[in-house]
Amino acid sequence: MSTTTKPVNQKAWFLILPMLICVAFSAILPLMVVVNYSVQDIISPERRVFVGTEWFAAIMRDEELHGALFRQLTYSFSVLAVELPLGILLALAMPAQGWRSSAVLVIVSLSLLIPWNVVGTIWQIFGRTDIGLMGAALLGLGIDYSYTGNPVHAWLTVLLMDVWHWTPLVALLGYAGLRSIPDAYYQAASIDGASKLDVFWYVQLPKMRGVLMIAVLLRFMDSFMIYTEPFVLTGGGPGNSTTFLSQFLTQKAVGQFDLGPAAAFSLIYFLIILLMCFILYNWMQRVGTQEKEGGHE
Amino acid sequence: MNKPKFQKRSLFMIAYVVFALLPIYWMVNMSFKTNNEILAGFSLFPQHFTWDNYKTILTDPAWYSGYINSLIYVGINTVISLTVALPAAYAFSRYSFLGDKHVFFWLLTNRMTPPAVFLLPFFQLYTSVGLMDTHIAVALVHLLFNVPLAVWILEGFMSGIPREIDETAYIDGYSFPRFFLTIYLPLIKAGVGVAAFFCFMFSWVELLLARTLTSVNAKPIAATMTRTVSASGMDWATLAAAGVLTIVPGAIVIWFVRNYIAKGFAMGRV
Repeated sequence: MSTTTKPVNQKAWFLILPMLICVAFSAILPLMVVVNYSVQDIISPERRVFVGTEWFAAIMRDEELHGALFRQLTYSFSVLAVELPLGILLALAMPAQGWRSSAVLVIVSLSLLIPWNVVGTIWQIFGRTDIGLMGAALLGLGIDYSYTGNPVHAWLTVLLMDVWHWTPLVALLGYAGLRSIPDAYYQAASIDGASKLDVFWYVQLPKMRGVLMIAVLLRFMDSFMIYTEPFVLTGGGPGNSTTFLSQFLTQKAVGQFDLGPAAAFSLIYFLIILLMCFILYNWMQRVGTQEKEGGHE
Repeated sequence: MNKPKFQKRSLFMIAYVVFALLPIYWMVNMSFKTNNEILAGFSLFPQHFTWDNYKTILTDPAWYSGYINSLIYVGINTVISLTVALPAAYAFSRYSFLGDKHVFFWLLTNRMTPPAVFLLPFFQLYTSVGLMDTHIAVALVHLLFNVPLAVWILEGFMSGIPREIDETAYIDGYSFPRFFLTIYLPLIKAGVGVAAFFCFMFSWVELLLARTLTSVNAKPIAATMTRTVSASGMDWATLAAAGVLTIVPGAIVIWFVRNYIAKGFAMGRV
């Protein structure tokens, strides 16, 4: 929200009331249910025992969970490390005007519009060595590729799929940021005799900071919650190599019907995401202001 | 602009476009083959071109009803999201009031909640109120992540409109609803378009919640696609054709808002 002075008007609450009711119905009620379950042992709908923080303690010690959390963190940071630079490069390379700009925008956005399980299905076929283009090509290059048998290949395939699926989001955001830079900035830079790299470092990057922050937060949250794509592509395997947190949770909640532990896990999961987003947000805010000061020197 | 730099840039762009389109091409390619041809071996083009897979989907109610169900709940969701997000975004962009920043942050945290966390409560909540397997249930659940996003985008657009316009209208004797509908809304048309696009997109691609809350009557197309494993093995050809058809609505929508998408992100937040 902008920080300019706005008139104080408590009646504005009436304007946000319908929105509050809607979101509360689909957020607060379920959250309360989760909190309620997390402190009980539900043996059957009629028989439930209050267990306090027992589930939380059990979950924190769960070795499988540690594994899933570690895989999740590695995965999410790999996603950011690949998609952010690639997305910025793409934003810089996208044509600014004309029919080519429209065409590129539509083609680039296409992957965002595919239902997530269809994304999984596409890559499932695409990566098969007998009938898929990528699988066959890799085999042709002499790589013994198999996303169902080799954990490393499976992990890399899921990562590549995510890069294909979500880099466009970073690119679109970066593109929007670039288009909003006034020409005067570029003219000033060329008078100063700035090189392309200087322009990027002192003009384009600081100006893209706001949108890139949204990109980092959105990509981080969404990759941390990833479920459908790896579920369809690899089913979490081979072994546990692509079982991320969401899938671990869904297995517990729906598969084994362990309501209590699943609820406790849900809350921990939610808090981890909140914490990471908070840290990322503040860190980027600081980096951004330092860059700005550097630009004014 | 110096020449070699430009060529390098174009090359990168073309390389990415190829990378983006190859998996989609492969699915389109498969959708025009028969199952036998797909499994028989590798071929870059369909050798026996056929429309049969598309005919199957468009004539079998089990298939095409999935598309209708998805479109219904996505439509309901988009309408509700925008209706409640518009006044809220206006309040956030124009006034300061007790707890405004906290409410705004709380809204965004809803966007951060993994749907898997709420899977079970939703299931029980909607079972107990008898809304299971209805379009409205899925539409309501998708409000969880669409309303925050719509408020976020609309707030950006609204902050770009000078406040003098509001004040002039009030001095001229416009009531709030009349001002909002006849003057303000046309000014932020583009913002409404972009917000609608994003609501449409996120509701259209979500599977986990939609699948959990539906079984027969409101089953979305994405869920229909997960259950195509039959006695004779995977029906790859029909699956590919169904996948191609799921891209179509989104592609149509994006064509209409392509000029505003980039702006929608940038407004008020750069």
